[in-house]
Amino acid sequence: MYDVIIIGAGVTGCSIAREISKYKVSACVVEKEEDVCCGTSKANSAIMHAGFDAAEGSLMARLNVRGSEMIETLATNLEIPFIRNGSLVVCTNEEDLPKLQDLYQRGIANGVKDLVVLNREESVRLEPNLSDQVLGSLYAPTAGIICPFTMTFAFAENASQNGVEFKFNTIVENIHKRNGCYEVKTNHGILETKYVVNAAGVYADVVHNMVSRDKMKITARRGEYCLLDKSAGSHVSKTIFALPGKYGKGVLVAPTVHGNLIIGPTAADIEDKEGTNTTGAGLEELLQKAGNTVKNLPLRQTITSFAGLRAHEDHHEFIIKEAEDSSGFIDAAGMESPGLTSAPAVGEMVVDIIKNTFQMEKKTDYIAVRKGIIHADGLTVEERNELIKRKPEYGNIICRCEMISEGEILDAIHRPLGAKSLDGVKRRVRAGAGRCQAGFCTPKTMEILSRELHIPMEDIVKSGVEAKVVIGKNRAAK
Amino acid sequence: MENYDIVVIGGGPAGLAAAASAKENGCERILILERDNELGGILNQCIHNGFGLHTFKEELTGPEYADRFIKKVTELGIEYRLHTMVMDISEDKVVTAMNRERGLFTILAKAVILAMGCRERPRGALNIPGYRPAGIFSAGTAQRLINIEGYMPGKEVVILGSGDIGLIMARRMTLEGARVKVVAELLPFSGGLKRNIVQCLDDYNIPLKLRHTVVDIDGKERLKGVTLAQVGEDGKPIKETEEYIPCDTLLLSVGLIPENELSNACKIKMEPVTSGPLVNESLETSISGIFACGNVLHVHDLVDYVSEEAALAGKNAVKYISAMETDPSDTEKKQAEPIQLVATEGVRYTVPAVINLNKMEDSLIVRFRVGNVFQDSYISVYYDEERVMHRKKKIMAPGEMEEIKLQRDKLIQFKNLRTITVKIERE
Repeated sequence: MYDVIIIGAGVTGCSIAREISKYKVSACVVEKEEDVCCGTSKANSAIMHAGFDAAEGSLMARLNVRGSEMIETLATNLEIPFIRNGSLVVCTNEEDLPKLQDLYQRGIANGVKDLVVLNREESVRLEPNLSDQVLGSLYAPTAGIICPFTMTFAFAENASQNGVEFKFNTIVENIHKRNGCYEVKTNHGILETKYVVNAAGVYADVVHNMVSRDKMKITARRGEYCLLDKSAGSHVSKTIFALPGKYGKGVLVAPTVHGNLIIGPTAADIEDKEGTNTTGAGLEELLQKAGNTVKNLPLRQTITSFAGLRAHEDHHEFIIKEAEDSSGFIDAAGMESPGLTSAPAVGEMVVDIIKNTFQMEKKTDYIAVRKGIIHADGLTVEERNELIKRKPEYGNIICRCEMISEGEILDAIHRPLGAKSLDGVKRRVRAGAGRCQAGFCTPKTMEILSRELHIPMEDIVKSGVEAKVVIGKNRAAK
Repeated sequence: MENYDIVVIGGGPAGLAAAASAKENGCERILILERDNELGGILNQCIHNGFGLHTFKEELTGPEYADRFIKKVTELGIEYRLHTMVMDISEDKVVTAMNRERGLFTILAKAVILAMGCRERPRGALNIPGYRPAGIFSAGTAQRLINIEGYMPGKEVVILGSGDIGLIMARRMTLEGARVKVVAELLPFSGGLKRNIVQCLDDYNIPLKLRHTVVDIDGKERLKGVTLAQVGEDGKPIKETEEYIPCDTLLLSVGLIPENELSNACKIKMEPVTSGPLVNESLETSISGIFACGNVLHVHDLVDYVSEEAALAGKNAVKYISAMETDPSDTEKKQAEPIQLVATEGVRYTVPAVINLNKMEDSLIVRFRVGNVFQDSYISVYYDEERVMHRKKKIMAPGEMEEIKLQRDKLIQFKNLRTITVKIERE
């Protein structure tokens, strides 16, 4: 019997797991994929919103601003790449200019600090590559960019360090309440628990509706993105949003913490909760819209495109509460933008809800810090040589585009909740995330995974369990 | 910091030939830095034959061809370090590299030869819509998996792009028992060598569909199929021609990109058409004493020409060093205004792009590619306004590199020659 089961190992579930791990409880995260960070958390804009966007007085507004405040300390303690680069919401249409003021006022009401409305000259001075149509902007210095993978892994690893269990490839099939407790039926048997936290992302409605008569509907809202090479990464220094207006909602252009340039997302509601495919129309729309706010985008430098699904709830609001007809079942649903920014605050809030009905004692031996993966690139020559002397693998570069060594890949595999797939390695250390998109390092990373995890090459997957990279030996090797 | 006369970046065909030539031309202290675990570069995975027809007058496999040069380098006693990644090259020719044994180390070189080769353009650069499952490989990655690692990437194959590696892999996968259903090429002509189309596709009844591309990728985990469509004159797919082809493997052979990250970081001037450094008659880049050869300079179709080009780079690096030692300011050899080579009207670029007559050898081969398929047309060369060469070719295609030979005495005879223009003329 667990005290708490959290369904979903995305950034929301992992943040909740980390908060709960501060207490003396038995907790378990169940995840249908093979790894942490496989759904919405892996495919989003990778930004920390300042908090002016959400409606005044909404839960979204409150948790956004709180999350944005919390992230700084978390980034330090858990070693998450985070930069407060600031954002500009740019207006390209005369008629829409008053909306910048509206947005400013809303931001003030939401408690966003240091907002300022800029005219064209002031905007262009901050960001020389703004398009010629830009007439003014709202500047939010508190906005930031973050590595969403590391953020999720850091929360998960820290939770794991503090005793939270993780079960992967575990699909929740049904949930029953029996004798005041819950039986969570999975493909690997039944798990019993006092509390269930639903952090199932686009599947949150499915999980919620297993328990509650008060039905929920989550729509998968697909967002397509393009990622540009590091050579294009300094095209803008701040996150550039388009002011929603006469011509609909625009797309953002932003640098990433790793130095790439990201463009996106589109927004299309779809039926398929697994529909992470990009579309011809979507990619075309993306590139056209990006050109409205930023000029001379070096689109030839595109290295990949991808799509993520936002968990859109009909009322565009987070649903973070105990189900009215099912005590002990707590939703953390509707986690669309600003879900990533809000995640730290969502963790706090969910634990507070549990504390209302469950006596939990704080741990005295809670580990508040998580050591990140050493990125040798950031070390001085002396530090790096010292490291290579101790662990020669750090001198052996595997991914030449991102300059990732075997040492870093070994760390990714052997740390708590380590990588089991090519994508798992990529999201932890960026091997294969560069301009050749794993063309050169795929065979080498496969060999390392095979050797370290004692699994044959034929069973190495890109992700999941089915996505095997090769189908068997060739004729000569048979 | 260590000291060498010449540091060669890369131990593939270009690096090997450059180092051997430098040694044969009298240079003593040469070091080759290679990131892989053996010398030979991509040749090691090219187990098909057809290499060396020009150089050795025989048909060798890739590893055999590489072996000839590896033997030569070894016999000449040239030093090399494997598993060694070059991290940085500075303008004053300090090379920073790293490996397991030495950690980060620096070498001061008198001359540097860039021979880093090229990489394949990935799927992402094409913005092909669809899912991102396992089973999508660049052709060279699949070639490595089969020929070096001994594993089969899949059994039902579609190939996008008709570059040489894609064509070679169509045959290779067929011989390994896979079924190659189609090779699709966006352009109205193949980017590969004619001989590869005949020997790798025609001989195995593999259809080549020109003006076709992949417009959708199906399969969330492992690839299940691709949608192929014909493209119109505007380059856009035609909806009505869409056809779903079940397959578990998609190979991409959609272009090679010279690997010039080190050159860019060193602020070497680049030629946008080739994505390689701009070089002069000595294959010297915009930074004096740094030379470039092979696929890092411009993508070749035949390794024989890589070896030839690299040998010239090696020889010129030695000449540079001895000139520096006798006249550090290099004043004597400097020409006020070098001759510009102009590529136009069907010619996409030339290598080299400028010629300094004072440094030019008696004759110089200028290599270039055409931008389209030309039949019964002429390669024309103009010295300033005067046409001096007009050579008929039955067929010219972007997939086959062309060359002309310039004679130094002719260039000198032509008073105040400013530009040499290379173009294709219909008559």
